[in-house]
Amino acid sequence: MNGEAQVKIGFIPLVDAAALFIATHKGFAAAQGLDVELIREVSWANIRDKLAIGRFDAAHLLAPMAVASTLGLGHVRVPLAAPINLAMNGNAIAVSTALYAELTALGEVGDPAQSARALAKVVARRQAERREPLTFGMTFPFSMHNYQLRYWMAEGGVDPDEDLRLIALPPPYMVENLARGQLDGFCVGAPWSSVAVDAGVGVILHFGCEIFERAPEKVLALRESVANDDPDLVAALIRAVCKGAAYVDEPQNLDEVSQILSGPEYVGVDADIIRRVLTGRLRVNGQETRERNDYLIIGEAGAMRPDPRQAAWIYAQMLRWGQTRYAPAMADKAKSVLRPDLFDAAVGGAHDQGEIAAFAGPSFDGRSYGDYLAGFAIGQRL
Amino acid sequence: MKIVIVDESPIRSLILQEGLRDAGFTQVERIDEMHNLLKQIYAIDPDVILIDLENPSRDTLEQMFQVSRAVRRPIAMFVDQSDTASIQASVDAGVSAYIVDGLKKERIKSILDLCISRFEAFSKLQDDLERAKSDLEERKTIERAKGILMKAKKLSEDEAYKMMRGAAMRENRKIIDIARSVITAAEMFK
Repeated sequence: MNGEAQVKIGFIPLVDAAALFIATHKGFAAAQGLDVELIREVSWANIRDKLAIGRFDAAHLLAPMAVASTLGLGHVRVPLAAPINLAMNGNAIAVSTALYAELTALGEVGDPAQSARALAKVVARRQAERREPLTFGMTFPFSMHNYQLRYWMAEGGVDPDEDLRLIALPPPYMVENLARGQLDGFCVGAPWSSVAVDAGVGVILHFGCEIFERAPEKVLALRESVANDDPDLVAALIRAVCKGAAYVDEPQNLDEVSQILSGPEYVGVDADIIRRVLTGRLRVNGQETRERNDYLIIGEAGAMRPDPRQAAWIYAQMLRWGQTRYAPAMADKAKSVLRPDLFDAAVGGAHDQGEIAAFAGPSFDGRSYGDYLAGFAIGQRL
Repeated sequence: MKIVIVDESPIRSLILQEGLRDAGFTQVERIDEMHNLLKQIYAIDPDVILIDLENPSRDTLEQMFQVSRAVRRPIAMFVDQSDTASIQASVDAGVSAYIVDGLKKERIKSILDLCISRFEAFSKLQDDLERAKSDLEERKTIERAKGILMKAKKLSEDEAYKMMRGAAMRENRKIIDIARSVITAAEMFK
């Protein structure tokens, strides 16, 4: 990197890119000698392709998509490197008001284990009545949303590949599809489930963090070759994004950050909704509010430091849902995507990420892939 | 070979359709209604799907190819790892293609090349249209300014035009800028 570096970064309008938006907007990137141009995209496939061919230098990317691209799943193999996490958690599962009424008529749904069992009953009843299967939306096959939905429903005995339909939709289109009855529910990043609640068409059933604790959601990804060949650029990006995250996490900046993110060039929804997302106090339906301070984690408690164990866990989800077959070399390759070495070189750290604990099922840490997958009733095994 | 074009722009998809027909691909259908995209694609069961990059349904398509048993598992166009030039050209032109497994590489290449050139032709057409539109606007503005000068200074049409041209040359500005100033000034004097 010589002098001021021009950096094009693609993104999807989501609150979990807050650190990136603020790093650019507040001049933290410029202070690192970076001239960042943020480019809003309409699909994750576009972001992946433009990153792959060098139209983007970096991208706001689904963590599982960075692993998939590196392994060549679903598309061309383009090795990527993620030197920093942009966010943990931040998703929510919402259902239509009609499905919510059906679920609650069957009993308590406050706990994901309860709601998943209720969902299984609804699914069975629809099958018995020969009605159309339920349709749930998620953002991409290689996304935490897909894994959260699948994990949750499978714990209740619903096979996501047999018992209902899962379709991919870009986040801004979820609400409209729920309103039109094309979807019965979805798992999506903030603020889109809040938008559904405010529009009166959906109810938030669970926060993503109720399904998985500390799930790696989005990363800043670069082509591996760029990450290795231009360490100064990578370090400058990491430092700028860390500054952005610290600014977002400072409580006194909440109003300003919400206002900035609400701009049409970033997320483009009401500042009040963004404020609720950032504080983890979400309206879940017309009356109630639920609060969790880990609903969306941007920079707190070392969340930004990528951990290869997170990539291994993502690889295990891919195996479970038949997106790939196990090979030791592939498992190693998956782990190589998340790069704590680059992070540490830029900002120091050595913060250890906790386990990605799920609300039910076997724990992943300390088990082989085979043992872990054998612990589930639904899904592929090795 | 059945080809589906997923594009909300009617003109662009017509241009593409025509090009494909000329090249001998007669079974070409267009989908412009995104809400039942998957059902429509299942019904047509195409060998090749072309989609414009600004269409948010791309993610929906990709997921369908991952899980679908109904469609004969089309896969992403860019199966050839070495063919980065094709990928770049198509991304720059703004189109992406998906094909069923097992189609001959040369045939696909010819379809993709055709798509790229037609998409480029369309954006050139759009640029030309924009330019024609702004040319027309400029001419109208100059006419209006001329009319103002003719009335205010009792000039002939030719003299009014020469006056503006002279001012433009002296001030090193475009005649359209002078015409705009005349109109602004006239409105202030009203």
